[in-house]
Amino acid sequence: MQNNVNISNFRQDFAIIANWVQFGAKVLDLGCGDGQLLRFLCGSLEVKGYGVEKDDSNVLNCIAHGTNVIQMDLEDGLSGFENQSFDTVILSQTLQAMHNTEKIVTEMLRVGREVIVTFPNFGYWRNRIQITAGRMPVSKTLPYQWYDTPNVHLCTINDFNDFCKNHNIEILQRKVITEGKEVTLLPNILGNLAMYRLKSRKAI
Amino acid sequence: MSEINSVGIVAPQTAHFNEALPLKSGGSLAQYDLVYETYGILNADKSNAVLICHALSGNHHVAGIYSENDKYPGWWDNFIGPGKALDTNKFFVIGLNNLGGCHGSSGPSSINPETGKPWGSAFPIVTVEDWVNSQTRLMDHLGIQKLAAVVGGSLGGMQCLQWTIAYPQRVRHALIIASAPNLTAQNMAFNEVARQAIITDPEFHGGDYYAHGVVPRRGLRIARMLGHITYLSDDVMGEKFGRKLKDTIKYSFDVEFEMESYLRYQGDKFAGSFDANTYLRMTRALDYYDPALPYGGDLSQALSRAQAEFLIVSFTSDWRFSPTRSREIVKALLDNESKVSYAEVTAAHGHDAFLMPDPHYHAILRSYLDKIQIGS
Repeated sequence: MQNNVNISNFRQDFAIIANWVQFGAKVLDLGCGDGQLLRFLCGSLEVKGYGVEKDDSNVLNCIAHGTNVIQMDLEDGLSGFENQSFDTVILSQTLQAMHNTEKIVTEMLRVGREVIVTFPNFGYWRNRIQITAGRMPVSKTLPYQWYDTPNVHLCTINDFNDFCKNHNIEILQRKVITEGKEVTLLPNILGNLAMYRLKSRKAI
Repeated sequence: MSEINSVGIVAPQTAHFNEALPLKSGGSLAQYDLVYETYGILNADKSNAVLICHALSGNHHVAGIYSENDKYPGWWDNFIGPGKALDTNKFFVIGLNNLGGCHGSSGPSSINPETGKPWGSAFPIVTVEDWVNSQTRLMDHLGIQKLAAVVGGSLGGMQCLQWTIAYPQRVRHALIIASAPNLTAQNMAFNEVARQAIITDPEFHGGDYYAHGVVPRRGLRIARMLGHITYLSDDVMGEKFGRKLKDTIKYSFDVEFEMESYLRYQGDKFAGSFDANTYLRMTRALDYYDPALPYGGDLSQALSRAQAEFLIVSFTSDWRFSPTRSREIVKALLDNESKVSYAEVTAAHGHDAFLMPDPHYHAILRSYLDKIQIGS
């Protein structure tokens, strides 16, 4: 389900996530792909990491690398995971491909004491230019055509801020990056990848 | 015929134990035999041993053949051999016949040394816990302190789970396939029907049919027919037989549909080779196993002692040991922060899928086993 992001962006993505995860934490990575992020976190922070993935070949890849992986479909929620049983639950560049977006975010906040969500910012200026030119955006971050894209719930940084506000979600930290570099000026225009560290305002 | 990647011609061995084995039922077995086979070579530090735990009707003959012309290799031959998913170039693999069995280990059809006659109904009811205890004795006999892995499907998977709970120091990895942490009421109900078929057969004689020179074939046959229905999925039965007729409708109760022919064939074959008393005991072992029971049903607590790493596998069309049941094991392991991976294999063959050489399923097993590090 993960988009193909260029490598420097990807590493930067990893490095920021690693900064937001405690040493030795219990981490759940949703839509973990072949387990690359988990292996990075296990190697650098000695986390107790588990991935969730539905794709057969990705599950096989995780097992071949000795990465803990649970095969299930995120669209069904996180039944089987106890409330607040993980220190951090990560959804890395998968949010936009979820059908039940609200459900998965709610489930993540139930299962994790903290949640990390990253997604491609649809408000990025290159996307805006393509829309203005009358075309659906196609880029390195969004490499699909309108008819074959798995991305059914694309959003902008402003959209996601509103989502958090309306769903009683506290934004602990936010970073926006483009080509591996942090963007502080006009992030909803100049930022390509949005990264949020969140927790629930509600008692769980 | 010896095929490529086969362990080749194998021979069973028997280990005799004189030290009494206490049983969960309260009794004990004063002495007993365990028949087993091994494939591959035990390495110098004895760190490469893998135990295969068999299911309801399995036995110690897991891989290989008994002679050059033997057409029927061991029951999990597609999984075990040089270069296969469970690679005998790397691992030393042990298959055994569980107590109460009918393939050479002490059981109802073997001779009770105290009477010189078949045990029959006097053979105690043995449990998964008893089996695992007896399996550790066999490991002691072979000089193996710690298993690299235990592997089992269905009832075999329950034994693997029990190993990790009862002997956490003696097992490094558990591969639990198409299994469950206990049986549901529906699952036990199938076992009860199977047992009733056997017990109400006029030739059962309270389990002492050996003395009468008969066997409760009809009961065992029906029990097996029922079992076969539950091991397959509706889809596979539909695909394999559908409503196909052998000939034309004859308005009789003879075999008319292909499905009937299959079930009768399987029932007859089984009734001619398996012991009814063993079947009763195997189904009871399934019913009784419930490691969470002493912990008020809390499986997480039951598994809190486990130190092994786990691979849990289920099959989408398996309704007798459904994926939901495997996920219960996964959840308990996550609660304990155990190392665990779970694969839900898309397969049409129902419970039987665990014995099929599905490429993805075998790739999962192979990848997991390849990662296990062993000593010299």
